[in-house]
Amino acid sequence: MFVYLVNRVLLMVPTLLGVAVLIFFMLRVVPGDIVEVKLRGDGGNPTQETLDAERKRLGLDRPLVEQFGEWMTGLFTLDLGKSMWTEQPVTDEIALRLELSFEVALMATLIAILIAIPMGTLSALLKDTWIDYAIRIFTIAGLAMPSFWLGMLTIVSLLFFFNWLPPLTYTPIYEDPWNNMAQLFWPALSVGYRYSAVVARMMRSSIIEVLNEDYIRTARAKGVFERLVVMRHAMRNALLPVITVIGLEFAFLIGGLVVTEQVFNLNGIGRLFVQAVGRNDFTLIQGMVMLTAVVFVVTNLAVDMLYAVFDPRIRYR
Amino acid sequence: MADVAIPAAAARPRRRNALLAFCIAQPLGAAGAIAIIVMGAAAIFAERVAPYDPVAIDFGAMLAGPTVDHWFGTDAFGRDILTRVIYGARTALAIGFLSSFLGCTVGAVVGVASAYFGGRTDMVIQRIMDILLSFPIIVLALVVVAMLGRFLVLGVDLNLILAIAIPMLPRVARVVRSSALSIRELPYIDAARVQGFGHARIIFRHMVPNVAAPYLIMFTASIAQAILLEASLSFLGLGVTEPTPAWGLMLSGNASDFYREAPWMILFPGLAISVAVFAFNLFGDSLRDWLDPKFKV
Repeated sequence: MFVYLVNRVLLMVPTLLGVAVLIFFMLRVVPGDIVEVKLRGDGGNPTQETLDAERKRLGLDRPLVEQFGEWMTGLFTLDLGKSMWTEQPVTDEIALRLELSFEVALMATLIAILIAIPMGTLSALLKDTWIDYAIRIFTIAGLAMPSFWLGMLTIVSLLFFFNWLPPLTYTPIYEDPWNNMAQLFWPALSVGYRYSAVVARMMRSSIIEVLNEDYIRTARAKGVFERLVVMRHAMRNALLPVITVIGLEFAFLIGGLVVTEQVFNLNGIGRLFVQAVGRNDFTLIQGMVMLTAVVFVVTNLAVDMLYAVFDPRIRYR
Repeated sequence: MADVAIPAAAARPRRRNALLAFCIAQPLGAAGAIAIIVMGAAAIFAERVAPYDPVAIDFGAMLAGPTVDHWFGTDAFGRDILTRVIYGARTALAIGFLSSFLGCTVGAVVGVASAYFGGRTDMVIQRIMDILLSFPIIVLALVVVAMLGRFLVLGVDLNLILAIAIPMLPRVARVVRSSALSIRELPYIDAARVQGFGHARIIFRHMVPNVAAPYLIMFTASIAQAILLEASLSFLGLGVTEPTPAWGLMLSGNASDFYREAPWMILFPGLAISVAVFAFNLFGDSLRDWLDPKFKV
């Protein structure tokens, strides 16, 4: 188990390196950089000298190889450089916002699991009844509705029905849990709806598939209560593909956060990423992309570890 | 020999009524197809269908709620929202079709080539695809936006189409590759090779036509994704720009300032996005069940 774990962690290195190389050159292959956005952005008309001076100050005039060397050596010391716009270290910019986004992501996952597992199971057990149809319509709608629109509808409904809006300033959960939840629950719900739709669909098809297995027939033939057949024999086996989907969606949650944070005016990772792209802030974009990649590989590893927990037949060596 | 002719003869009438058979077997898919046709018609004939000019500013009717004159209300510039939703269909479908076609076609060729050549070529291509797959779709699209900037041709941002197509590429390539892998082992490919055909001919004439089913399925599913992605990018201010009417754009800018007081500003464009994505998903799912029930995306 330990050897397997070490191997897996070592295997992450080439993937992350690949991402680091790819993102560095992708951003620089086409002309256009932050200096243009910064000095021309508001209709300014800077001279070539001012542009060059700013490039020199930011180190953008140096040969590509030299910049690449700096990026690579920085990576190994966990130094992602400084944001070209705010000129604060990229790690600080990210750390400042990670807490908020991570909390929303966790809550969205929790909401998704709480909604999706019972719904998917119910839908599978009551296949082709009106409950099944209702749940399926609910989930297909979840895939079609953009989460930013859902967020806006949530705000409008809260205002209309309760004449209340979520608080605008962020307070960490350990300072004021009530205020924190009142603000972050709604964006988590907007992201969580789509998330739960994806998971519920997987849960439904997984249960339907498992219910056809021989061991379910055996359990029923033995006279095991139907409730036990479902809970112990079917659900436990059906959960494996569902865990994969939960993990993949969690790793990709930043995608949902990018738009939702905009709607709820949250100063989180997603918002930072959009700002960085809008400003052509290369170092910040690189840092954010590395963060996404790390979340992805670590989540994948966690999912594989969870397999062993849920299915004792799986052993890693 | 005679029993070879029977399935061919039996297949013929089915082929003739394929459309009808599809509608009977997949009523939900047919409903999705009808919704798509209606949207397509609205997009093509927008000038005739829409009651107003999509960019006409009317300060006398700013932020007006739904009335007989303006069924869906007006926005902060007094522009008719129904008109802009209709014209928005043109933007969404044009970008959706073009980017899906580009992403899926290139993805399919990469997938088939990867499967056909195998060995080291396959490995290198698959590693690159794995890296691209480790990004959420919108993150990759945003990186491409940051990479390319804007490139307007006839009012269409070609780089936006690329930004939407590139995240699709690895997903399509992976699915098509796995279909192509099984085809590669079939005798007719060996036969083609024995006859001395070149790589390009075998790939394009013998393998590509046989991955048409997964390609079509991915293509319809991709259009739904593309419409959603275009709306998200436009919403973030990194996609379609004013004054072009686009659904995602109608939810941002002025709308984000006024929608609490004027919810119709966001209600209808958002509904349009949802219905479009819903219709393509519905049609795509049915097409999959119809063409290849075992297929999983």
